[in-house]
Amino acid sequence: MENRKLIKIATAGSVDDGKSTLIGRLLYDTQSLTTDKLEAIERTSRQRGFDYLDFSLATDGLVAEREQGITIDVAHIYFNTDKTNFIIADTPGHVEYTRNMVTGASTSQVAIILIDARKGVIEQTYRHFFISNLLRIGHVVVAINKMDLVNYDEDVYLKIKSDFEALVEKSDFEVDQITFIPISALKGENIAKKSELMPWYVGNTLLDHLEVLEPSDLHESAVARFPIQYVVRPKTEAFHDFRGFAGKLYGASLKVGDEVTVLPSFNQTKIKSIRFFDQQFDEVLPGASVTISLEDEVDISRGDMLVKAGQEPHSDKQISATICQVNSRPLRVGDKFTLQHGVNRVLAKVDTIDAVVKTDFSGEEPAQQLRLNDIGKVKLRLSKAIHFDPYKSNRSNGSFILIDEGSFDTVSVGFIS
Amino acid sequence: MSNRFIPNPKEAESIHILREVAAQFEKPVLLFSGGKDSITLVRLAQKAFYPARIPFPLLHIDTGHNFPETIQFRDELVAELGLELIVRNVQDSIDQGKVTEERGRYASRNTLQTTTLLDAIEEFKFDACIGGARRDEEKARAKERVFSVRDDFGQWDEKNQRPELFDMLNGKIHQGQNVRVFPISNWTELDVWEYIQSEGIRIPSIYFAHKREVFFRDGMIWTANEHVYRESSELVEERMVRFRTVGDMTCTAAVLSEAETLEEVVAEIRQSTISERGARIDDKRSEAAMEKRKKVGYF
Repeated sequence: MENRKLIKIATAGSVDDGKSTLIGRLLYDTQSLTTDKLEAIERTSRQRGFDYLDFSLATDGLVAEREQGITIDVAHIYFNTDKTNFIIADTPGHVEYTRNMVTGASTSQVAIILIDARKGVIEQTYRHFFISNLLRIGHVVVAINKMDLVNYDEDVYLKIKSDFEALVEKSDFEVDQITFIPISALKGENIAKKSELMPWYVGNTLLDHLEVLEPSDLHESAVARFPIQYVVRPKTEAFHDFRGFAGKLYGASLKVGDEVTVLPSFNQTKIKSIRFFDQQFDEVLPGASVTISLEDEVDISRGDMLVKAGQEPHSDKQISATICQVNSRPLRVGDKFTLQHGVNRVLAKVDTIDAVVKTDFSGEEPAQQLRLNDIGKVKLRLSKAIHFDPYKSNRSNGSFILIDEGSFDTVSVGFIS
Repeated sequence: MSNRFIPNPKEAESIHILREVAAQFEKPVLLFSGGKDSITLVRLAQKAFYPARIPFPLLHIDTGHNFPETIQFRDELVAELGLELIVRNVQDSIDQGKVTEERGRYASRNTLQTTTLLDAIEEFKFDACIGGARRDEEKARAKERVFSVRDDFGQWDEKNQRPELFDMLNGKIHQGQNVRVFPISNWTELDVWEYIQSEGIRIPSIYFAHKREVFFRDGMIWTANEHVYRESSELVEERMVRFRTVGDMTCTAAVLSEAETLEEVVAEIRQSTISERGARIDDKRSEAAMEKRKKVGYF
């Protein structure tokens, strides 16, 4: 596989903002739609009596959706340019959207928020931006769509931009993390091709903008976190005494010889070897799944973590977190769950529900429980300490999920304060 | 002298998933078809656990209509890597009266293998079945989770899927449930081919252009063979073809191709404008074909 840069994008928009059309257009303009898919789109568009190609047909997957003509779950769509692999997590825009957008956004570095130029900034826009802010997405693209229906009028664009900027003031985003692009997904204006109908817009097309982004997460602090997934003990003749710790590295690189602290034991040792398959390396960059062996015989099992000595995270049995409820089972004070933090699991009990947070930036109100799609602030008590960073400084080591002990469903996702 | 390991993000993600399977489940199995995707999975599993051996067996559901080249390749690979292989046959399910052979022009054992698979899962009490499906293959697959929980009947409930957040995978299940795991969910067809090329992975010969007795039907190229129903009016001719996917003969169409080497195949895929599943006869049955099969426990 060629080592292309990988950019994951979450898309958000209301039902009729033309999100599926935009994605279909991106696929079309990057020659990612194959002949048979294009023919299916042409055929169906004709059958339905449309004047133009309905690119939204490229992505609307399930039977139920085709009937209703709306997207109902997170769908993943792939396209490449010469330099970049893109993955779009397409999430629905209607009211029951929070769970899906949080899910799609959790693995994304970029969010595209679609606004209908005729409608401007609406309540849904607030919510989409709120979630982008909650999840600390690195870049937000505000795509002002359907410019063809407002005569490509710059004033419409400027009004929406200024309304949105008022929202940015209330968030944790810096101005340079937000990019505004006026587009027409239907007509292909400013998607891959610079629009001649909007000469007043001097910025990049959407595709050019996405290509220059870097996958590095602006909010991932540069400290190494190596959660151990699996202990490799070959017990073969060639590797008789080998004991390796397999996991994925987050945050920063690790080197052979680095002094490390093993959590939760707080034992100190040094990195002896870094292996990937049959090769050994002196240094490993974040994002890699490798196997590390240590100088000393220390007791380590799944769920433990290696960090550089002196860069230990917080350790606590009580945590405060913002929670998004992603299951219809409500969350109440006193409820018990399995908490999964990375690959580590402990038991958790809800001590308090402090507030439900309104997703339109209008503040908080007290709550007895958190229902599906609610975002709330809670305190949890754990059976054992976990070793975490605040989500603000570290996405991977600052998030967790709650698993229902009866159904085993994932019911909540949490962001540690 | 410093050598730094720079990860390939999709490979790293797949290895992470395979390690979660080994850690979270008691009896995982890798569903092996002899196709390029499951061969890629085997390589990823080797990498995930090296220097230890792959800690789960392979399971092949043999329809009896496989290309002989695929079966030979399977046996060589298993011997070379010292893997454990379990084979269960659709023919046995037919002989036991559990399924009925399809008849007519489009007769295929492709849907029948679901029963054989579910029986094998029950026989061995497998709790996780690792498959090589990719989200880019088909629209219904685009919504599939990495860990997809199935009930006792192998059913997929697309409305009630567990959300997957960050890298965290929840494999907790009840007795009788099992999880289908898709480690290369996020790979495209081109990703797989480029990986096979850069890793030097061996694949069955039918992926390369070769002379074959074929006939044309519905704009597709079918293998002329005793397992494939053919009208007397459908004339057999010898053409240079290759296969883009490898299922059984009754549901896998060939494409005309002169690509005899891996480099030529990858170049052809890069330029190709026909999607991979466009050569799958089973999907042509209807636009919602895949979704319907998944609901009843297909891979």
